[in-house]
Amino acid sequence: MGAAPMDIVQLSRLQFALTALYHFLFVPLTLGMSVLLAVMESVYVTTGRTIWRDMVKFWGVLFGINFAMGVATGITMEFEFGTNWAYYAHYVGDIFGAPLAIEGLMAFFLEASFIGLFFFGWNRLSRVQHLIATCLMALGTNLSALWILIANGWMQHPVGAHFDIATMRMEVTDFAAVVFNPVAQAKFVHTVSAGYVTGAMFIASISAFYLLRGRHRGLAIRSLTVAASFGLAAALSVVVLGDESGYMAGQNQKMKIAAIEAMWQTEPAPASFTAFGIPDQTTHETRYAIRIPYLLGLIATRSIDTPVAGIDNLVSQNELRIRTGMRAYGAMETLRVHPDDEAARAIFKADGRDLGYALLLRRYTDHVTQAGEATIAKAALDTIPPVLPLFFSFRIMVGLGFFFIALFATLFVQASRRQLERHRWLLHVTLWALPLPWLAAELGWVVAEVGRQPWTIDGVLPTFLSVSSVPASDVILSIAGFVTLYTAMAVIEMVLMTRAIRHGPELPAKPGPMQERVA
Amino acid sequence: MSAYETLRLIWWAVLGVLLIGFAVMDGFDLGTAMLLPFVGRTDIERRVVINTIGPVWEGNQVWLITGGGAIFAAWPALYAVAFSGFYLAMFLLLAALILRPVGFKFRSKIENARWRASWDMVLFLAGLVPALVFGVAFGNAMLGAPFRFTPSLRMIYTGGLLELFSPFALLCGLVSVAMLLTHGATWLACKTEAPIAARARRIGSIAALATLLLFALGGLFAAHLDGYVITQFAGVDAPSNPLTKHVARVPGALLAHYGRAPWTLAAPFLGLAGAALAGLLLAGGKAAKPAFLCSAAAIAGIIATAGISLFPFLLPSSLDPDAGLTVWDASSSAGTLLTMAVATAVLLPIILLYTGFIYHVLRGKVTAGAIEADPHGNY
Repeated sequence: MGAAPMDIVQLSRLQFALTALYHFLFVPLTLGMSVLLAVMESVYVTTGRTIWRDMVKFWGVLFGINFAMGVATGITMEFEFGTNWAYYAHYVGDIFGAPLAIEGLMAFFLEASFIGLFFFGWNRLSRVQHLIATCLMALGTNLSALWILIANGWMQHPVGAHFDIATMRMEVTDFAAVVFNPVAQAKFVHTVSAGYVTGAMFIASISAFYLLRGRHRGLAIRSLTVAASFGLAAALSVVVLGDESGYMAGQNQKMKIAAIEAMWQTEPAPASFTAFGIPDQTTHETRYAIRIPYLLGLIATRSIDTPVAGIDNLVSQNELRIRTGMRAYGAMETLRVHPDDEAARAIFKADGRDLGYALLLRRYTDHVTQAGEATIAKAALDTIPPVLPLFFSFRIMVGLGFFFIALFATLFVQASRRQLERHRWLLHVTLWALPLPWLAAELGWVVAEVGRQPWTIDGVLPTFLSVSSVPASDVILSIAGFVTLYTAMAVIEMVLMTRAIRHGPELPAKPGPMQERVA
Repeated sequence: MSAYETLRLIWWAVLGVLLIGFAVMDGFDLGTAMLLPFVGRTDIERRVVINTIGPVWEGNQVWLITGGGAIFAAWPALYAVAFSGFYLAMFLLLAALILRPVGFKFRSKIENARWRASWDMVLFLAGLVPALVFGVAFGNAMLGAPFRFTPSLRMIYTGGLLELFSPFALLCGLVSVAMLLTHGATWLACKTEAPIAARARRIGSIAALATLLLFALGGLFAAHLDGYVITQFAGVDAPSNPLTKHVARVPGALLAHYGRAPWTLAAPFLGLAGAALAGLLLAGGKAAKPAFLCSAAAIAGIIATAGISLFPFLLPSSLDPDAGLTVWDASSSAGTLLTMAVATAVLLPIILLYTGFIYHVLRGKVTAGAIEADPHGNY
């Protein structure tokens, strides 16, 4: 299938990672804040207390700056599948394109249309109408995440599709299976919960900043209280549903979970959990390992008697699948010339499932069916994702998850006792915890997508085959362009956010004519 | 007609609808951004201009995103070839589309003349570049792009950025710029008062005339170009594989449909008449809404003309004509086309409904007084 030079592969991956990680700085906050704005505005509409409206307007300004950045950087993501991953687009567009298109039609139109009314509709809509606009905007952002994660879930666990020889690509056989893919559903709840944690932390941290300075107390205490309860629920669900996500990976992406755990050899059930260690990809050992008995077996299999497969074991299984895939590849080549060859059709029917594994050989040879033992062994080893970054990203992410539960639980208790301002240390911790949800979210992306390597579509299409046939110089140029543009935008965004936060809400100093607008 | 053939034709039409939807809805944003430095002389005037599109640009931009998603879902081969083939042009387009939203947001947040003047320049370019690049892309689609396929359908593209700007493609780019300038001007004529509206009308009537002349010139030019004709293919409902047909290069083929099926002339006629009427209405100081509708009709006519001229091609190949992408061999499977057709049939009317509601809520002109009364509430 004409493997591309590796430098194009590395450059394309670098650009995708940079732009995706950057885009993902804005998405979780949009997800979380849109829902929190809807919550606050509901309080305003039901109680009629104007401070709640002022809160919605103030947090809305920050939300707006963030939202524009999310829209701007999101366009890049959609274009990149075509610009940099053209073979991927051809190979799986029949399945992968649909959720992206439906995302646009069902979700993105909704959120992007109603955000205009959110900002400009205060004087043109009744209170209830404006609340509905806010809710539709929040619904749109969440539906958007749903469809994107249906697309992503299919990359992790490709269901409901088969390889078609006439068109030389994957085609959908069961769209409902794609939509109700259990991996996609688990990822959706995990990701939106992480977004809610981010939104809650953002509001909690800035409110803590105001309380520490003794400014805008009314707004800050109310905001912090809402953020604490919402954040606690979200942080609990992100960990519980993250476990669901881990369980799914255990079922569908055994290699990913083995790599995350740096579990080189299969252990007798129930497997232990390695809390710390230094995984070594060349010797297949984890040095300085500290292990907790039973825990991994419980997470990954929810039983004490099912073994969790180790990396070496999975590599041997994958080697077998490469051999099966080679038979399928040979049959495919025959069928392309002689579509009526019954014997080849029977072989492809039996072994076609592993065609993707044969494609791994394309990295080393153009003659897949004649690959030698050494090549097959090398291709099988390629199925191990980079263990070290997965091992640490996962542990830091999970650690942060438990920290968020503890922090929001403490804030929730103090807020219920109306003692938020008495514990300045707690406010300091809350303020300085601000960047942590972003760190956790980015690491979560790393775990999900680095853990998927060497595949773009798990077991179906290797990453190195997925790229476009573009000159490396073009990709270097676009990376330089993105880095320049994105850095400048990040600096300006930070300056504007900081200014808006320092300036604070414009609330009436004394009871008087109602102030209409915030900074 | 078989079901698969019908679905492919439906998706060819939907592609047109989404492109026209984008050009009409986001087009007046782009046109307004291009007009910004010329119709707004003072900061408050420029803020009025920006605030006419302030509440709606986000929704409008989704037409492009949905269009991109729909091409991916319904025409994956076109998505793969066009986006990776025009790689650097796509990057230029992206840079402009990224800078535009942040330009709107960032400009108003700091009250400093140089800061705002710089963003005005950025916004101008962020309107001009996409308008030009889209037109140039259409021009190159009609000329054919230099690509071929390996037997496993990996696309190889041999052109560079500068080769995209051939005379005919540039002409198409200018049609697009003039057309969206007109459209932006009709929008500003609707949404602003004198003196901004008057300036917009003046520039818009000239732009409408330019649209008319450039579009007609493009037709004359196209008559002398080589077009592409399928000489042998696997059928209208065969599996999508662009390597199963033979294609000949035929001079004048781009205009062949208009002779064979004269009703198709309705598209170029709509383009010419829409532009002429929009220009006359703008110049004559008549009601602005009809001018906006005429300009929208012109856009629909011009884009439909490009689509009909190419049919059944989506993107012919100049390098290996047999590899060109057509409606019959570049689509998704029948199953995906059907699923997406149902989704679009359900969702698009809902979108039009709430978009209509939002424009209704935001109806009326944006005035300098309103901006001054609420200095922080607007862009």
